[in-house]
Amino acid sequence: MEQLVFGYFAGVIAVAAVLVVALRNPVYSVLSLLVMFFHVAGLYITLHAEFLAAVQIIVYAGAILVLYLFVLMLLNIKQDDRYHRQWRTAAALCLPLFLELLVLFAGADPEAIDPLAAAPMNSGEDNTRAIGLTLFSTYLFPFEVASLILLVAMIGAIVLAKRGIGGQGA
Amino acid sequence: MTFSSGDLLLVLPELLVVLAACTVLAVEPLLAPPQRDGLAWLSLGTLAVCMGLIASRIGHRAEAFGGLVTIDDYGSFWKLLLCFVAGLTVLLSYSYLKEERLHIGEYYAFVLLALSGMMVMVSATDLLTIYLGTELMSLSLYVMAGLKRSEPRSLEASAKYFVLGAFSSGIMLYGVSLLYGATGSTRLTVIGSAIANTGSDAPLPLVATVLLAAGFGFKLALVPFHMWTPDVYQGAPTSVTAFMAVASKAASFGAFLRVFLEGLGGLKTDWSVLLLVLCVATLVLGNSVALVQTNIKRMLAYSSIAHAGYAMIGVVAAGWAAEGGRDAASVASVLLYIAVYVFMTFGAFAVVAMLRKGDVEGEEIEDFTGLAKRHPLGAFMMLVFMVSLAGIPPTAGFIGKFYVFMSAVEAGLAWLAVIALIFAVVSAYYYLRVVLVMYMREPTEGTETSPRLVLSPTLSIVLACAIAGVVMLGLYPSPLVSLATQAVRALQ
Repeated sequence: MEQLVFGYFAGVIAVAAVLVVALRNPVYSVLSLLVMFFHVAGLYITLHAEFLAAVQIIVYAGAILVLYLFVLMLLNIKQDDRYHRQWRTAAALCLPLFLELLVLFAGADPEAIDPLAAAPMNSGEDNTRAIGLTLFSTYLFPFEVASLILLVAMIGAIVLAKRGIGGQGA
Repeated sequence: MTFSSGDLLLVLPELLVVLAACTVLAVEPLLAPPQRDGLAWLSLGTLAVCMGLIASRIGHRAEAFGGLVTIDDYGSFWKLLLCFVAGLTVLLSYSYLKEERLHIGEYYAFVLLALSGMMVMVSATDLLTIYLGTELMSLSLYVMAGLKRSEPRSLEASAKYFVLGAFSSGIMLYGVSLLYGATGSTRLTVIGSAIANTGSDAPLPLVATVLLAAGFGFKLALVPFHMWTPDVYQGAPTSVTAFMAVASKAASFGAFLRVFLEGLGGLKTDWSVLLLVLCVATLVLGNSVALVQTNIKRMLAYSSIAHAGYAMIGVVAAGWAAEGGRDAASVASVLLYIAVYVFMTFGAFAVVAMLRKGDVEGEEIEDFTGLAKRHPLGAFMMLVFMVSLAGIPPTAGFIGKFYVFMSAVEAGLAWLAVIALIFAVVSAYYYLRVVLVMYMREPTEGTETSPRLVLSPTLSIVLACAIAGVVMLGLYPSPLVSLATQAVRALQ
């Protein structure tokens, strides 16, 4: 059962991800991205990470996707065929790489790798609380660095978009 | 696992840099434009204090934040170098921004924030933290590349850098996630011991290694991940180009070496072959394409690609060498090479930044025509930097190349040293062409906007530091060699 559910989510994620780049109408691409985000959230739920699933839907499916759609409508792009002519080259490049990856993974000794050995999952625990505690104790330093990244992104966007500074615009 | 105030003390240099950046951001709108010069001096003062703090920690080793960050000699070596470069950048920008009429107070904040990202990169011992440091550095650099907004090329550089940089970050993250899946941790030490247990033929770490090499390859501008370099270096304001070419490359090498030696050390035999291919491709392509460039910034961009290739020789030699023994010397040669590269490349870009043709920047190699007649001292400095970049004794460039080539020979890669030597001779052609144009060619009469050098006290300090570094390290390299060796000893 678990395998089946995983197979469904993983399959839809893969197909939707391919459609994002393969569809010619950008709005359809964005919509298939939405489908992908929802299925990623579903995958999180099967892993008992409800908080991540909620964040995935609120942040990605909600905020970021709306931003994409907004930009698309602002630029009014209906069809973009510039890159679709290159699909043969892309396929010729990606197919061998993909096969190589499969061969590598098929040759793996499943006993040798113990996935996520150091991160046992207690499904009973409240994982929102667990994430909060980990984020503000063990991972405090990376968390603060991430906050600086957001600061740079915000100020950078303002500096680059503000009129009347720099060069002849002064 | 909680943190104590001791942890904060250990990352005090980083905190000071961030604090100074925030102060610059907060104070800048309150100041009248003439007073904003003070921001540069504030940044410089902070950097000086940081260098003092870092230098006082040399010889000690401590872990902070539960092992996410390690303060050791290796990190201190890079941090000293990076703070120094950031100081030079502030000095160079001080007069360059005035000349270009780019009055952006946030500029110094971005320099400092990029620096804090770099400092995180070189002292982090956890893949997630290294990744976040890389992003902090890159994001600041994307913005800085686009600061000359009146020029479309600058904006194009920023956009191109951003898109390709984001793409490379994605590849790097994919590698990190595979390593996490295979070993259950993002800590380099845990990954190292997990790989040692599973043996070197497990596929997941191998795929992750390839992806990490590609991700770092973008940051280091190795062929075939170099395509962004010439366009970005040419389009960005010259002071930013100098900072990018030198500091971001040094920080990326710092993080790259730590990841590949501490974390993926068990896969040495596998990645050394991979990096060998990248290294030879970088040497060949970087040097050959530089031959046909007419724009000095593009030429220096390809030269910086080639220099990443030379430094990579040391990394390959470290991986190639038999267990134990000589690989510490090979890694030390990489540190030495990058330190030398910092001085000569920054100096060359500083001269380019002060060359002006009429009201705009002189960027073509032709603009250097007859410079020796009008500015003998400036031309002589450019001569020294070019000679050093070409690796001719008695300059520092020779010392750097010498140690790197020696490590290749000792690792049994004599043919690689021979190839590198051949391309070093090729590179002498395009470096010395600049010298030829400066000294041998007469300026054509009637050029109404003949190029000139703009000198200012701060620029003189930058040039004096760079030239002192190039000459001193060329004649008396042993202090730097021993510092690099001591730094490498801190790596596990």
